[in-house]
Amino acid sequence: MPDDKLLQVRDLKKYFPVRGGLLRRVVAHLKAVDGVSFDVAAGETFGLVGESGCGKSTLGRAVLRLHEPTSGEVVLDGTDIAVLPKSELIAWRRRMQIIFQDPYASLSPRRTVRQTIREALDIHEIGDGAGRDAEVQRLLEVVGLHSHVLDRYPHEFSGGQRQRVGIARALALKPDFIVADEPVSALDVSVQSQALNLLSELQRDHGIAFLFISHDLAVVQHISDHVGVMYLGKIVETATAVDIYREPRHPYTRALMSAIPIPDPRTRRERIVLPGDVPSPISPPSGCPFHPRCPEAMPICSQELPPTVNVGTHTPHEVTCHLYADSTRV
Amino acid sequence: MRPEPLLSVRNLSIEFNTERGVVRAVDDVSFDVAPGETLGVVGESGCGKTVTALALMRLIPSPPGRVVSGSIRLAGRDILAMSEKDMRDIRGSEVSMIFQEPMTALNPVFTIGNQMIDVIRRHEALDRKSAKQRALEMLERVGIPIPDKRISEYPHELSGGMRQRVMIAMALSCGPKLLIADEPTTALDVTTQAQVMEQIVKLQEDFGMAVMLITHDLGVIAESCRRALVMYCGQMIEDAAIEQLFAQPQHPYTQGLLRSIPRIREQKLESLPVIEGTVPDLLHLPAGCRFADRCPRATTDCHESQPPLVAREQARVACFHPGLQDHA
Repeated sequence: MPDDKLLQVRDLKKYFPVRGGLLRRVVAHLKAVDGVSFDVAAGETFGLVGESGCGKSTLGRAVLRLHEPTSGEVVLDGTDIAVLPKSELIAWRRRMQIIFQDPYASLSPRRTVRQTIREALDIHEIGDGAGRDAEVQRLLEVVGLHSHVLDRYPHEFSGGQRQRVGIARALALKPDFIVADEPVSALDVSVQSQALNLLSELQRDHGIAFLFISHDLAVVQHISDHVGVMYLGKIVETATAVDIYREPRHPYTRALMSAIPIPDPRTRRERIVLPGDVPSPISPPSGCPFHPRCPEAMPICSQELPPTVNVGTHTPHEVTCHLYADSTRV
Repeated sequence: MRPEPLLSVRNLSIEFNTERGVVRAVDDVSFDVAPGETLGVVGESGCGKTVTALALMRLIPSPPGRVVSGSIRLAGRDILAMSEKDMRDIRGSEVSMIFQEPMTALNPVFTIGNQMIDVIRRHEALDRKSAKQRALEMLERVGIPIPDKRISEYPHELSGGMRQRVMIAMALSCGPKLLIADEPTTALDVTTQAQVMEQIVKLQEDFGMAVMLITHDLGVIAESCRRALVMYCGQMIEDAAIEQLFAQPQHPYTQGLLRSIPRIREQKLESLPVIEGTVPDLLHLPAGCRFADRCPRATTDCHESQPPLVAREQARVACFHPGLQDHA
């Protein structure tokens, strides 16, 4: 086992109870995250891509224990934080932070930029008052904001600037792992590229590992070292960003790649249009959850869960699909 | 020679009163849409693309908004001079609009069928039964499975992609000559987006209508439009055929926008090219070109006066230093 794995997630599950009937009994479970495993190396970006409702945000929150996992391991630097008592968890929280999608909703409208960024330093009692103020100023510079904005409120900023405040807040405790949940999805194209570059720079300068969650495969492919593709609570394919582009193996990954509109009118390509909608995670289909929409479904797909196999030649490339059942099981 | 335009917009300017002052959201915009054409309108939030579309439907909330100058002619009629009653007659039958979020555009307390039948009977002398028949046909044409079941369902019972299809079915049920689609797939997942865009393109061919597709997504524009307008800060800055716009963009903003999109590619880039700075505040616009502060080519001219939209290489561009330069 390579020791540069900062984070190892093993068979992580997060089920939400669905209540119904007169007595509000639990009648079913919504399996938002259903047995997910992946690694994030120190200083690297693991990109998680999938469509709405696939469980990617729940996964990001379960990893940080913002949702209590139902079962499974989340090993950060050798310690399984999924089972740590709350009293011990707080020390670990310094090392893991989150950046949210909506820079409008994730900043308190009643706090100035200074208060927002300083809060974490106060809670964790880092440095004295003057030291914290100096640190807040330094963080603003790191994310490219001028220190004269310190006493302004979120409504005075554009979306891109707000997201920079959100990033500065996440950096305050010098984490080595950040979950970035759709951090650029609410931003316009020209601002989005600035924010993506900022995240890359921070990673280069501070060695931060990211779990980068997005519905946008182009963004994920650009920023990530490794990519996991999620469908209905499960990761169906994991590979390096280059391999996902060069040889996507899972039929869902292929469909997802082919559906992205290419900003070049001279490029025409075969589009795989998937029939139907994503099924409900409360009653997922039997066998492979993708089989009702899969253009390559075989009889076995509706009966048995496909194995996860390694199809990579040089680098690991894991795919969970019956098409590759002859390859080495993981 | 270009055919007689279906839609002709000339020198359109629209202002809004806000608490902080008067904002000119659309500034001197002129363009045509030919019958059956697909025109893309692209730009970032606040560039005026949606306000322009709402003006075509005469749906600018007034107050606070008002058209301060210009003309809009649709199929020979002066939209801005029409009475509200006449306007209601042509909305849906001559020009229809679909919106980004179909959940807010559909009425949650009526079934799909009721809403569709209302629209159809508003414009055509059909009894309820024939109107329902038409609604069923339309649902089928936009690819709704089991339409006779769906027609008696409420909007919340449908998925996002399905709702957008219902919106499209409703918008097309009276055969409009122009469909305005404002970010029709932005709220949808990418695989659903592919389904819906494919449907729009197919229906456009079947019905021979013109489509004005408004989006921030240059990929969607590249795949669906023949021509596109680029807007920045309320102004049109470029208008070109789609191949030319992507291969030889003339305006530095268009060039920057095209360069800064993350693309699926084999080689990992260290960093993405960016457009420095941010869009200026519409209340404090610069005297000269609105892009000058972010433009690598800006000269004294650019900061002092506004470049007019002029013809250049079969396109129109508003820039003192257009063309492919410093393609770094």
